[in-house]
Amino acid sequence: MSEISLEELQKKFQNKIDKDVKIEPRDWMPDDYRKTLIRQISQHAHSEVVGMLPEGNWITRAPNLRRKAVLLAKVQDEAGHGLYLYSACETLGADREQTIDDLHSGKAKYSSIFNYPAISWADMGAIGWLVDGAAIMNQVPLCRCSYGPYARAMVRVCKEESFHQRQGFEIIMVLAKGTPAQKEMAQDALNRFWWPSLMMFGPNDAESKHTKQSMDWKIKRHTNDELRQMFVDVTVPQAESIGLTVPDKDLKWNEKENRYDYGKIDWEEFWQVVKGNGPCNEDRIRVRKKAKDDGLWVREAAMAFSQKRNNKAKVA
Amino acid sequence: MSNKKEWPLWEVFIRGKQGLNHKHVGSLRASDYKMAVDNARDVYTRRSEGVSIWVVESSNLYASDPDEAASFFEPADSKIYRHPTFYDVPDDISHM
Repeated sequence: MSEISLEELQKKFQNKIDKDVKIEPRDWMPDDYRKTLIRQISQHAHSEVVGMLPEGNWITRAPNLRRKAVLLAKVQDEAGHGLYLYSACETLGADREQTIDDLHSGKAKYSSIFNYPAISWADMGAIGWLVDGAAIMNQVPLCRCSYGPYARAMVRVCKEESFHQRQGFEIIMVLAKGTPAQKEMAQDALNRFWWPSLMMFGPNDAESKHTKQSMDWKIKRHTNDELRQMFVDVTVPQAESIGLTVPDKDLKWNEKENRYDYGKIDWEEFWQVVKGNGPCNEDRIRVRKKAKDDGLWVREAAMAFSQKRNNKAKVA
Repeated sequence: MSNKKEWPLWEVFIRGKQGLNHKHVGSLRASDYKMAVDNARDVYTRRSEGVSIWVVESSNLYASDPDEAASFFEPADSKIYRHPTFYDVPDDISHM
């Protein structure tokens, strides 16, 4: 192969991106592009996996068999989403075990929303409706991400997420139409999950250190604030239609801009939760570590069994 | 097979329905092909996306080099006479 300078490779790479040609695993890519994707995709995978915990907690306490079957299917989907994403991450040369160990050591982050507890059944509704709703807002543009395996994983994830959001909205809607106590429960869940859901889109554009580069690489297609605004604009009318009140006294329709103006986000709370001081941070990681440790003998036994069978097949 | 404790990586191919070919959908880790097929069913066909699954251990897969793609595929690019549009046929000739 002829010598190509780094500068030339970078130019060719950016040319492909600008022309919307997808980047595939074995194509040349700048180290920072690879690093950014590994960070983002592994965080995304961790979020899916840790995201199973608040909901898994309610499977045995779902109010009826239908709700239980649905919740079980949803949690199973999250596991699948985690797997699609870990696989996409591996195509970049990331080591799967290392990726997971980075989560356990606190080096890698996951969506801060999962550090809030799910204390009532209505929270299952709020999580599906708001948290999955916000996730969809984030994930739909990722289907057009410049990295092929990530974009393809997102297409699968988005197809499945829409059931998640609808089942959540249904839970909230049924409660909102129920007894005064049930409606109160729905409102309480909205009160607790509204602001953390807005925080899911990440820091304001001016504070977001990764946004500019990620947009140039077409990993991201919209800024955090753009996505947050889209989420507010579609979600507020949904709350109103079922008689619930969004807990923001500054929220009002802006006729001129054709969007909602909303109140100030408590970024101090956001950074505290990101840094590990949220209500459930420690518990989430403890449970994940325990799952890995307790499962070690199963993984080893399965491997030993396969090796034994392969050896037998060779002898025969 | 090595004595590595980590389960090997498998590539998964799914036939969407009879009459279509198997298509690569992604990968997963499993200790052997049986587990790979079972896991592929649970991960990639939860909504009836397939009627048949192939799994291939990723280490058994060999691929062309993307850096050489231009020269590797060049022979096809230069042979435009392989396409029907290369040939002039009068307008009044039909069924061709």
